[in-house]
Amino acid sequence: MQCPKCHAPMHTYNRNGVQIEQCSGCRGIFLDYGELEALTRLEAQWTQPAPPPPAPQAYPAPPAPAWGAPHGGHYGHGHHHKKSFGRMLFSS
Amino acid sequence: MTADALLPELTARAVRAAHRDADGCPCEAGVLAARPDATVVRHAGAVAKAHAPGTDPGPLALRVATAARLPGVLLPPLAPHPAPLHDRLVTLWPYGAPVDPDDPDAAPWEAAATLLARLHRSPVPPGLPPMRGPAKAAQAIARLVAAAPDHPAAPPVLRAWATLPAWARAEAPMPGPGRLCHGDLHLGQLVRHPAPDGPWKLIDVDDLGAGVPAWDLGRPAAWFACGLLPPEAWSRFLAAYRAAGGPAVPATGDPWTALDTAARALTVQTAALAVAKATEAGRPVDEVEQAVVDACDRMGRRPPPLADAPPK
Repeated sequence: MQCPKCHAPMHTYNRNGVQIEQCSGCRGIFLDYGELEALTRLEAQWTQPAPPPPAPQAYPAPPAPAWGAPHGGHYGHGHHHKKSFGRMLFSS
Repeated sequence: MTADALLPELTARAVRAAHRDADGCPCEAGVLAARPDATVVRHAGAVAKAHAPGTDPGPLALRVATAARLPGVLLPPLAPHPAPLHDRLVTLWPYGAPVDPDDPDAAPWEAAATLLARLHRSPVPPGLPPMRGPAKAAQAIARLVAAAPDHPAAPPVLRAWATLPAWARAEAPMPGPGRLCHGDLHLGQLVRHPAPDGPWKLIDVDDLGAGVPAWDLGRPAAWFACGLLPPEAWSRFLAAYRAAGGPAVPATGDPWTALDTAARALTVQTAALAVAKATEAGRPVDEVEQAVVDACDRMGRRPPPLADAPPK
């Protein structure tokens, strides 16, 4: 294959699964249909920071019913509320 | 007869069960509970319980006999038969060390779940009456209506009650073949026997019977759903119940299809009693009680899911 601009021979390279033709004369790059989009996607993956690892947790959050406390709200551990919840744990 | 008049004779029964001669004995003794529905006294290694006035002797005898038959799960009685004392029935039990009420974080969630799974897997003795959980929920609603009909928390609690199926309101028989159930599980229903560090056992057979086993998981499920019980404690409880082959929930996956009705019912029962007791004591509901009322309010605004069948 020859370069459409300077007619020097083109060499084929593979970059991350994308075929790229580069001219040995003018160093111009020729992309087949869809290859620009593929490269853009790859570039986005490189520049985007990796998602943070999930916080360490002894147990995954268990499923809860829709009528349950919103946002995993949790009253039981406050110093003041412990007494009241403690009473509830021990009565019919 | 009043609890005050009952106490000396009930105490004498506990003393006789503990040992023959109590004159000047240095034993640990005291009143463990004095409620309208039960008076419980301890003397050394023996506990005497006067059951609620009007308790039906036949079903109580069957329930006590069930405890005698399952000593690895239920605390076995000292005497095989309930004995009359004036207008009450008295049962005798060995003393067991309870869960420390000041340290709910040390609650034996795994032991409770394992005991429930074993109870639910035990055969239902012939003639045993239904588990009384739904009947007690209905009693709690009656108490709310009598004590606090005008409390602002009463309408949401009653709306949530109305969304429950008839069986959960004790207006129809419970569905399914019926498993052996405790009927009133909470942390006051576990003791170590022999005290202080023997294995955990379930106590209080008054509500024991055949029924929907999810009811016994309903209180921990309700506490978790209302944001009161830490998710880790709930996960430990549920995992231990599953590991012990408990039949109330599917072995894997979301347990709420099986638990939802019982957890709703026990949330409503807890809210109804909390509002009634606060009103009777002349105090406002506290934040923990309000969390349970708020859950009732959300329930009343959301129709319950259609499927809620216990797994086969």
